[in-house]
Amino acid sequence: MPLMRERLRRLEFLDPLFEAWRRIPARIRGWLPVAIVAVLAAAYPYYVSSLPTDVPVILAFPDVGASVTILVFVVMAVGLNVVVGYAGLLDLGYVAFYAIGAYTAGWFASGHFEQVRFHLGSVGVSREAQGIHISVWLVLLIAGVITAVGGILIGLPTLRLRGDYLAIVTLGFGEIIPQFVRNADSLKGFDLTHGTFGISPIDSPGFGEGLHDAVGLPTSFAQSFERARLFYWAALVILLITVFCCFRLRDSRLGRAWIAIREDETAAGAMGIPLMRTKTWAYAIGAFFGGVAGAYVASFNSGAFPSQFHFNISIFLLCMVILGGMGSLWGVVIGGAILAWLNVEGLANIGAWLNAHTPLNVEVAKYQFGIYGTIIVLMMLFRPVGLIPERRRKRELEEGTPHGVLDDPLYDHRAENEREETR
Amino acid sequence: MGIVFLVLLGVWLVVNLIKTPSDFFTVLLIGITTGSVYALIALGYTLVYGILQLINFAHGDVFALSGLVASTFVVSVFGLDETTATLGIIGGLLAILLFVVVFGATINATIEFVAYRRLRQAPRLAVLITAVGMSFIVQNVSLAIFGVNFRSVPPLISEEHVFEVGDVTYQWNQLFAVLATIPVLILLSWVVASTRHGKAMRATSQDPDAAAIMGVNVNRTISFTFLLAGGLAGVGGLLYLLEFNIRYDTGFELGLIAFTAAVLGGIGNLSGAVLGALLIGLIQAFNEGLSWHAPGSDWTRSIVFGILIAILVFRPEGLLGERTPEGA
Repeated sequence: MPLMRERLRRLEFLDPLFEAWRRIPARIRGWLPVAIVAVLAAAYPYYVSSLPTDVPVILAFPDVGASVTILVFVVMAVGLNVVVGYAGLLDLGYVAFYAIGAYTAGWFASGHFEQVRFHLGSVGVSREAQGIHISVWLVLLIAGVITAVGGILIGLPTLRLRGDYLAIVTLGFGEIIPQFVRNADSLKGFDLTHGTFGISPIDSPGFGEGLHDAVGLPTSFAQSFERARLFYWAALVILLITVFCCFRLRDSRLGRAWIAIREDETAAGAMGIPLMRTKTWAYAIGAFFGGVAGAYVASFNSGAFPSQFHFNISIFLLCMVILGGMGSLWGVVIGGAILAWLNVEGLANIGAWLNAHTPLNVEVAKYQFGIYGTIIVLMMLFRPVGLIPERRRKRELEEGTPHGVLDDPLYDHRAENEREETR
Repeated sequence: MGIVFLVLLGVWLVVNLIKTPSDFFTVLLIGITTGSVYALIALGYTLVYGILQLINFAHGDVFALSGLVASTFVVSVFGLDETTATLGIIGGLLAILLFVVVFGATINATIEFVAYRRLRQAPRLAVLITAVGMSFIVQNVSLAIFGVNFRSVPPLISEEHVFEVGDVTYQWNQLFAVLATIPVLILLSWVVASTRHGKAMRATSQDPDAAAIMGVNVNRTISFTFLLAGGLAGVGGLLYLLEFNIRYDTGFELGLIAFTAAVLGGIGNLSGAVLGALLIGLIQAFNEGLSWHAPGSDWTRSIVFGILIAILVFRPEGLLGERTPEGA
């Protein structure tokens, strides 16, 4: 990167531009690219229809409905990044949080519990409808909190374990919870999850009659002609909030404690960081975003179905974090967007293009998890820091002390090798 | 709390024994059979964990791939079925056994060579993540070659009864899995306990650096361990195939169960893995086969993983293992 900047500087005619760029206060400069990308993303529904649909290799850009799914997966990847990237705790069962979030939406914003009738700010539902109907915005928060509590409950007994044992325990939970929701349709005769059929329909978010009449905000997303667009914008807002929270968290006292634990747990403990509490927070906050995302997906799909929650999702999310760069927020957003797009329609498109333009004839989408597995292995072997490495890690590599890097980064083997050599 | 749980489990078993004694013993025998197949896979996990402290996620998929390869051999290459003469079946199975052992061993050692060896100096989590990736790759190789359908073979081993006591029967094909497992276990413990390679393995697992100073070729020893583990997976694949159906993703779930067995017995401990596998086999069979208040097969996975979590939380060293820094 520095080399490239050197080269760019030689292009003197660009100097005024650089000058102007440098004149922008640093505080704003950092956020400007984000703002530009956010504006471009927000306007996406308006120009997506005019984008070409015969692009080589990728064929088309995702439509608005597919983009909602992509955004939500990115939210989950950012949430997982808190656990894996910041705190260095390998979580192979993140799908459990996704499932809890989705089913929370199913319980609190649908007619599933026919025994009761409770309405709180719900939109697009008849006042007389049975079941619990709470405003979806509120349900997103409720789902986040319930999932965070779930994360704490899972974390408290298991976070004492280190590394791979923790990974396997989380994997266990990731397997148990989907099986639980699949089977919990007659717990002592009580139908908690409606078994394999799942819970459907689930209410949609909206702003209600009052705000609709006053400022023209949509009453209910589902009843609008612009359903997909509205869900898209709301998902974008959720993503921005998530990214902002994670960004601020990283530099907070808690975030610095996470990174300290990631780099060297023993040293962090010796410095007085309460290990259990800090790790549990990482779990709870990571789980929170998973829950919000799960509830939002459930509302978007208008249903929570047990077949959605497969172990592969956990690996898929992990793959996003690894591809982007563990701990690197922007890396995870970009890595997540790429992989989520591949998953939603990219692989199918690429496969179709390959089959049309080469003698090959393969169902690329069928081998998606083989492809993700290959990405994981290749990244780990050749670029363990990810596509866009976290700045802190890059600095560690570039500006190591004369005796090599002193600390012990979790994922970077190059640092380890350097240390071995300098001994 | 653990004691209360064990007492309740005991009560549950005794009540089932009194209510339906024949079911109980039938299920017990099924449990021993599945348990012995699990033991072969669990040993592979435990061997690799013992030497590299790595959960080799790909192991279960190597097992499934070996089983699928064996199915091709039984059906297409040798064309064995129940009408083949006894001598033909024995000869064919031995030839297939030899082949899948070599096959599983080669695949497993190749995985180690390609993916894990480069990460020898890397942090353990990096290797673990790589292992998850390798698992998916091997699984997709199986998918690409064998498709999504279940493979099975005709009943080659006689289904006649070894013995009958009342309603309790034991079939030869069930006994076969047990009979085939025992010599493999004896051979394995001989290799680990009494050969030079075994000695090198034990030395490497205790301290790779010290072993290297003492003249042990650490990389070769690790390769040898993966060969052994892969060979066991091959045997397991063939035995499993003779009893059940097998598919490209069978290995993933079975691998997790076998891993649980290894943890239950104390990971890194060979006899622990066998004990754990038998226990898990029994638990699974009791859960699926007993009639009085058994959760049933819908919950098998939850129960197995529940055990895994409970063991890791309350007794990470397992039933037979020694306390390691990994726990506490």
